[in-house]
Amino acid sequence: MNIEYNFAFFDEGSKREIRRATLKAIAIPGYQVPFASREMPIARGWGTGGLQLTLSLVGKEDSLKVIDQGSDESVNAVNIKKLIVLTTGIGVTDETAEATIIQSRHRIPETPLQEDQILVLQVPIPEPLRYYEPSEYETKKLHAEHEYSGAWLMLFEQIVNYGAMSTGADHPVMVHSRYVMAPSPIPRFDNPKLNQNNALILLGAGREKKVYAVPPYTKVASLDFEDYPFRVETFQDKCCRLCGAKDVFLDELLNDITGEASYQCNDTSYCLQRMNGKSKG
Amino acid sequence: MDDFERPVLAVRNINKQYGQGCVNCRGSKGEGLLKNYCPVCGTVYACRDISFEVYAGEILGIVGESGSGKSTMMECLYFDQEVSSGEAYITAYKGGKTNVFKESSQQKRYIRNHLMGKVYQNPLMSLKMNFSSIGNIAEKLISAGNRNVGQMKVRGEELLEHVNIPVYRMKEAPKNFSGGMQQRVQIAKALSNNPPLLLLDEVTTGLDLSVQASVLDLIKSIQRQLKISMIIVSHDLGVIRMLADRTLVMLDGQVIEQGLTDQILEDPQHGYTQRLVQSLL
Repeated sequence: MNIEYNFAFFDEGSKREIRRATLKAIAIPGYQVPFASREMPIARGWGTGGLQLTLSLVGKEDSLKVIDQGSDESVNAVNIKKLIVLTTGIGVTDETAEATIIQSRHRIPETPLQEDQILVLQVPIPEPLRYYEPSEYETKKLHAEHEYSGAWLMLFEQIVNYGAMSTGADHPVMVHSRYVMAPSPIPRFDNPKLNQNNALILLGAGREKKVYAVPPYTKVASLDFEDYPFRVETFQDKCCRLCGAKDVFLDELLNDITGEASYQCNDTSYCLQRMNGKSKG
Repeated sequence: MDDFERPVLAVRNINKQYGQGCVNCRGSKGEGLLKNYCPVCGTVYACRDISFEVYAGEILGIVGESGSGKSTMMECLYFDQEVSSGEAYITAYKGGKTNVFKESSQQKRYIRNHLMGKVYQNPLMSLKMNFSSIGNIAEKLISAGNRNVGQMKVRGEELLEHVNIPVYRMKEAPKNFSGGMQQRVQIAKALSNNPPLLLLDEVTTGLDLSVQASVLDLIKSIQRQLKISMIIVSHDLGVIRMLADRTLVMLDGQVIEQGLTDQILEDPQHGYTQRLVQSLL
């Protein structure tokens, strides 16, 4: 049986509804806009929010890049790409600079984004205050009243217990001095990239049915304390074992037999690009 | 009027009703009803025209049987519930010239965070049971705008010491504490901003006698040292006799008698108060 799908999987009405929510999200930076999240042919929690945003945005001229944990070739990334390509026929690319839409999970690419690009992030838990306040009704009020002591309290707890802010990922940020936002599970290392970014950044949570956005050139500040300022992860003098890059997010690889640790770029396409550049030069 | 004589809090004609009212009772604010509900439509008039003042450094006691509207009135004062009508003026807020019930929810939050503390009968109402004790105290400081971890830790330790909780247990969550200790953490939290007014709602109910005594001693000593004004609600005349300078007696949502505590207890005028005092002896 051969099923004919509409362009980009969704019917036009669905795409329009998602775009409307997206426009509202862009108009109110950091504010979580509810939308009618659809059933998707991939499981909830696998990037359905990001996928729906991408499908609603994609046009015939677009070039797509999908990353999962910094890699273009993981199962999740490959299958999302397949779905989009099969229903639209657009081209895919691994190179950040060539893509017009970049859907990502867990990373913002190392290559700086440009004004004509859109970054779509997949979000599991869009509510930054969820751990502090389980009720959605209450958190909505807290957002409306600009009452964010809960977000700082969570960081305070980490400092009391561990001596430092220990958010491995998803460190809350203040967008445009108004809304506190969960930046999706990107490492702290990527938080500064959100600030005054050239590209439009959209965040979609499929299971939680929320869309939110950071428009280009928006002030995004990571939450911190006077005596415990926000710091990104440091890798000191470590560099990538393949391309030699410093000041990038590195993965630690342990050799099972010798127990030695080596480091490698987390963003594989960036690493590859650097190595190709080297061999040419 | 001299500043010394000015009340910290002045409450004027608070009414709180549950239900729309009917031809029989509407517009009367429950006046003329025998009990605090309308027998025709079942509308409950939980607070009927309550007015009083609290002066600096004074403890005001409120007694009454259960269902007499004591706690509802306290919840209205702490903005947990909205009043149906009435006014309240806090001298520390805009010179006591603004009816705080008419303020925006942000302003109400400001008043709660800066100018009031409340200790509930049930510690679950104000404590986050999964956060550390010191975190719970810090929450109130953070919501009052403090962003300095060092300062907050020092203040938190100081308060815990003040309420006789060993400082080495500050990282423990209140859920591991006994009822009396939870109550003391609550008191420490309520005191953290040095509020001019403290609301205590049945703080000793449900505690055993020796713990009751220690909590009462604590409240008494705090009042002596810090000169905070307090409103203390209880149905236990022993608590009122020990702590309160002045007392209101409530029945069916109305204040039926008020005066100096000794006067009320030694020479009760109203039939209900007489029965109440008699039951104690």
